[in-house]
Amino acid sequence: MDIRFMEVKATEAERAALDPVVEAPSTSPRLVVGGRTARSRRHLLLPALWALQTGVGWVSRGGLDEICRRLEIPPAEAYAVASFYDLISLEERPERTVRICDDVVCRMAGAEDRLADLAARLGPEGEAWERSSCLGRCDRRSAAFVQEVGSAGRSVAPFDPAWLDRPPEPTPVVAAGPLTERIGHADPTDLDAYRAAGGYRALRAAVAMGPDAVIREVKDSGLVGRGGAAFPTGVKWEAVAGSPRRPHYLICNADESEPGTFKDRVLIEGDPYALVEAMTIAGYATGCERGYVYVRGEYPEALAALGHAVDTCRRRGLLGDDVMGAGFAFDIEIRRGAGAYICGEETALIASIEGHRGEPRAKPPFPTTHGLFGKPTVVNNVETLMNVLRIVDEGGLSYAEHGEGRSRGTKLFAVSGAVAEPGVVEVPFGATIGDVISAAGGPSEPLAAVLVGGAAGSFVGPDDLDVPLTFEGMASVGGALGSGAVVAVGRSSDVEDLVRRIARFFREESCGQCVPCREGTRRQEEALAAGRFDLLDDLAAVMGDASICGLGQTASSAVRSGIALGLLGGES
Amino acid sequence: MFGAGGGTSSYREIEETDLIVLWGSNARAAHPIFFHHLLQGVRNGARLYVVDPRRSESARFADLWLGLDVGTDIALANAVGREIIAAGLENREFIRRATTGFEAYAESVQPWTLDRAEEVTGVPAAAIRDLAHAYATADRAQLCWTLGITEHHNATDNVLALIDLALLCGHVGRYGSGLVPIRGQNNVQGGGDMGALPNKLPGFQDVEDPDVRARFERMWGRPIPPRAGRHLTLMFEGMEEGVVRAVYAIGENPATSEADAGRATRLLSGLDLLVVQDLFLTETARLAHVVFPAAADWAESEGTVTSSERRVQRVRKALDPPGQAREDRWILSELARRLGVDWGQPTAEEVWDELRALSPIHAGMSYRRLDAHGGLQWPCRSEDDPGELFLHSRLWKDPIEGPPAPFMAVDHDPPVDRLTEEYPIRLTTGRHLDSYNTGVQSGRYRSPRRVGGTLDLDPFDAASLGVRDGDRVRVVSRRGAIEAPVRVSDGLRPGLAFMAFHYPEETDVNRLTIEAWDPKSGTAEFKATAVRVEKL
Amino acid sequence: MSRTVTLTVDGHEVALPEGSTLLEAARAVGVEVPTLCYLETLTPVNVCRICVVEVEGSRTLVPACSRVAEPGMVVRTGSARVRRARRMVLELLGSAVHLDLAPEVASWMEEYGAEPGRWGTPPAPEPRVDNDLYVRDYGRCILCYKCVEACGVDAQWTFAIAVAGRGDEAHISTEYDVDLPESACVFCGNCIAVCPTGALMAKSEWDLRQAGRWTPETQHTTTTVCSYCGVGCNLELWVQDGRVVKVTSPLDHDVTRGNLCIKGRFGYTYLHDLPEGYLTPIDHLLSRF
Repeated sequence: MDIRFMEVKATEAERAALDPVVEAPSTSPRLVVGGRTARSRRHLLLPALWALQTGVGWVSRGGLDEICRRLEIPPAEAYAVASFYDLISLEERPERTVRICDDVVCRMAGAEDRLADLAARLGPEGEAWERSSCLGRCDRRSAAFVQEVGSAGRSVAPFDPAWLDRPPEPTPVVAAGPLTERIGHADPTDLDAYRAAGGYRALRAAVAMGPDAVIREVKDSGLVGRGGAAFPTGVKWEAVAGSPRRPHYLICNADESEPGTFKDRVLIEGDPYALVEAMTIAGYATGCERGYVYVRGEYPEALAALGHAVDTCRRRGLLGDDVMGAGFAFDIEIRRGAGAYICGEETALIASIEGHRGEPRAKPPFPTTHGLFGKPTVVNNVETLMNVLRIVDEGGLSYAEHGEGRSRGTKLFAVSGAVAEPGVVEVPFGATIGDVISAAGGPSEPLAAVLVGGAAGSFVGPDDLDVPLTFEGMASVGGALGSGAVVAVGRSSDVEDLVRRIARFFREESCGQCVPCREGTRRQEEALAAGRFDLLDDLAAVMGDASICGLGQTASSAVRSGIALGLLGGES
Repeated sequence: MFGAGGGTSSYREIEETDLIVLWGSNARAAHPIFFHHLLQGVRNGARLYVVDPRRSESARFADLWLGLDVGTDIALANAVGREIIAAGLENREFIRRATTGFEAYAESVQPWTLDRAEEVTGVPAAAIRDLAHAYATADRAQLCWTLGITEHHNATDNVLALIDLALLCGHVGRYGSGLVPIRGQNNVQGGGDMGALPNKLPGFQDVEDPDVRARFERMWGRPIPPRAGRHLTLMFEGMEEGVVRAVYAIGENPATSEADAGRATRLLSGLDLLVVQDLFLTETARLAHVVFPAAADWAESEGTVTSSERRVQRVRKALDPPGQAREDRWILSELARRLGVDWGQPTAEEVWDELRALSPIHAGMSYRRLDAHGGLQWPCRSEDDPGELFLHSRLWKDPIEGPPAPFMAVDHDPPVDRLTEEYPIRLTTGRHLDSYNTGVQSGRYRSPRRVGGTLDLDPFDAASLGVRDGDRVRVVSRRGAIEAPVRVSDGLRPGLAFMAFHYPEETDVNRLTIEAWDPKSGTAEFKATAVRVEKL
Repeated sequence: MSRTVTLTVDGHEVALPEGSTLLEAARAVGVEVPTLCYLETLTPVNVCRICVVEVEGSRTLVPACSRVAEPGMVVRTGSARVRRARRMVLELLGSAVHLDLAPEVASWMEEYGAEPGRWGTPPAPEPRVDNDLYVRDYGRCILCYKCVEACGVDAQWTFAIAVAGRGDEAHISTEYDVDLPESACVFCGNCIAVCPTGALMAKSEWDLRQAGRWTPETQHTTTTVCSYCGVGCNLELWVQDGRVVKVTSPLDHDVTRGNLCIKGRFGYTYLHDLPEGYLTPIDHLLSRF
């Protein structure tokens, strides 16, 4: 590479912040090891950017230059990556920035009024505070994420500018099931408490039955991915396990960013050892010696809980070169996202871990053959993996007895909006939209609609509350289960305003790579603002049909369902 | 190599090789498009070792850069050879079947232990070992070099030391394995093809072979002098001795491009007759009695050139030459006519067809075929011969065809210009990406990257001298002194300085270089000058 | 013998070597598929989406440039779905940036009935002239990634530019958007050579266009060999009014694959850096001397 470093030098503080993540290069005047060795460290770019962001509050030219020197990355590439993420600042900022959610759920609860109030007290937007898309704290109806020099940041929910130091109120599990039974009952920091509550029974069973049998159980269970695509997990595992190309990688997608969704956060914060154990089983079954968990950057509490669990398991021999003395190696590396919804898409997530921009790519080839670092890779959502514990423990066949079709076992929903008790609901597949809303205390006011699946989902009218929340049920009304967000929209809400917020969300979160999505999301927002609903069909067609990934393909679904239900523009 | 005057491999082979050793070459700057092919090799998984005193632009792409001292290439190569033999990694079957002289070679490298080589070259023993094992165990390996190997007083020995390594491992004559000297000038290879060598007729045919001469004499109807002529360095020796009294320089600017340029200018000025044929009024042309303004052959004339992969390609006329400039072919024919031999005005193709009739390796390359194939690689002996992708596959036939390839034992001989207390800094020379030779062509476009003539110093040396970027210094060698601005560079080390030779008007580095030359090839030791630097 | 796959494109059965793309399949049966971000010498990025085609059984349209043909695929390149997507891609691009220098776009607009005007008009171009060799005008940039790829692992490995920012703020940029001379750029111009919309242009061409003196109909090109080193790169000299006005290299030349270095692409000016007004032959001669 014709690397030309910048003239500005890093400060002592910047060097010190980087030292624990990327050591300074040792070059001799006689000998330099570079080339592939240097290129193989590219994946440290995002952790290095985070080190500067948390350590000194922003990424200066000198700081970026220092990263580039240490990792031998061309500055233009490092800049391109840094500028992709909302939480990485390339301009100097105040010591503290408050990111305040103004997304769908918080909006229904008066976010705009609060922001106006805040602007009057804290000054103009963009300096001490910024707007944020959904922060996954919808159960509290208002939320903020505070980024501060010297810390990983923290969540504030409910948001009150006078109480920025207060820890967030925990999200209740309002209807528990097998996946959520330990949450709130077993101390999530205590490995022994986890073991006392049945933890590591599944791993022992898995080792006893062997990798092939684990995969058979998972296939027999009928478990499908909970991230939205509903692909059979066992088939994915089998593809990776059987690939002769090595090494294999496991990735847990914990980049939960779909507006209205918070169930994965609750799982990680409340039962982190379960995720470690589930990943260990997945790694064992598919021949992965290394697993990555990519956690949403705005989830510092989940990061801390999981980090603690991983450290403890490593210390106690449950991760490492010889897991549980059972003769196989597995370890987990936690990667922190940095504020980009698109990184929840699996190929974008892989690119992000590798130290590139989080841009999705065309599939095929799929990650099972060409995944992380080009190797066979299992990518599973948090909830999907958590189900494996029960499957291994109880057997796949008995798991499959719950539900029907592709919808087997239990399903978590994040229920918020116009309900009495917002929180996480775990129900066996087959429960209807109405059942789930009832589990959350029932509607708090007459409903205009329910947004199922978040921004990428669709509005369902009050007449369809008896539709089962299954993959098949939602498909029957032209929707999708998506991320498991269930947002009840009361009649007092301005649905058109919500739809415009959703349109803005997609414009802001498009990676910008493909024309239909980059330009289409922009035009969709403009057309909505101008009331030109006649233009939306063409946009929906090109975005839905010709975008690279699911973001663009679903960017018009909520808008269109809203129009179809007559919720917009007084067209009813 | 072993009788053929060109690199053995094609560019596309480097894309499919397993190991690339770039030795004494900064191809990234000097041969950028060749380097593209090399990088595709790297992208396809090849490992790259770069051996160069400087951590050059090319070295920055390397998996391992070995920064040896200037002029210690043979010490390093012999240590690599010794290590390969000591580790039992030599290709015994190839050595037995296709080579001679292995025993003597093995004995000659015996003293070159890794430790001794580290002492002489400065490169850590472990890195030398690493290079040796990587080269010997690679299935395919390309060994590439340029002027860092050949601009030394023992240039030929340097090349032989590298060839020995290829013979040791059988890394020649197979697809993906080869010896690749990349040519610095656009048609150095073509000049050799055409017999512009003192001892060769076209097609690398020996001038001292009576049968060869007889064929040419029949075609040309004139006797051909039976002895090899003088190469450039010997011509200057001849001028010094007063034997050479007239020079006809075509497209060559020795007044600035020769080592010890002061001496070159003095000798050229003392000639009875100096005729210069060039695009520009160069420093040499200014000394001439007669100047023939020439066309730019690549854009204002027709003909062929031969590239570093032995590929003959056509150049074509896009423009009329300006003013009274004329194509070289026209000037030569016209000169001949006025000297009493009328060749008429043959077209480029007619001249080429005559060459094909005399040079068997070019015989199959008609203009029609050159156009159709985008050039052909010699040897191409008939009109149905596709040309050779790589040379010396004969060494892999069983039994081999033709003579075996000889190992040539050579020993380390340090640069002539010794470092002393008075001249403590080793100055080496090279190219900048955006410039070419003495800058007569490349100096005229507006490159945003033009650095100009600077003395590049290691930060430590610059600090010791108390100089910073842009400060002017005096650089003094045993032959002359020039002034130059300093550029502090991170690719050097204390005691090693660098200058490009493109800017004779500002910094005529060849006022400093030594005319010590290699008796076998005639190249001078541009790469190793002892200097001291004085702050101004 | 190599393996082949057999598929159907617009009703024509075609057998191709394994690994061929749908674009190659379409070309094999003589069907034109428009492309913008695709180039034979670069890794397909399939971002412009103008080459999308319909594959039976696929939920969405697929990019022909990168999708590998599979046995039995049934491909339609001209269905209403395809035409609508292409029309919209053209409208979205045409309303965002200036496409008048993209050679085939105007005819495609006509063919697909695209009306970019209904989405607004693109902002005025803002050419950025920060050096003597290139002009960058991102008011013409469709973010096809070609320049980034040519600057990166597909050819040059310089990595002076990349796509920075995200979403509708994505743009081609050096680090912190510094001028090219302060970046790692080595001015090979391989980005210019692959730019499909004239967003990147040699200054020599740009100057003539500004002066209204760029006349393609009077130009001719001659292929020759560069004289700046021994690698043997082919050059196409674009000559107008007896002067070289641009230098390129043929994409299908296997030495360069269309790429050159700074010397080959820009080092020709000595052929005629003759001061204006010197017209007599002897003056020409002297001026080059």
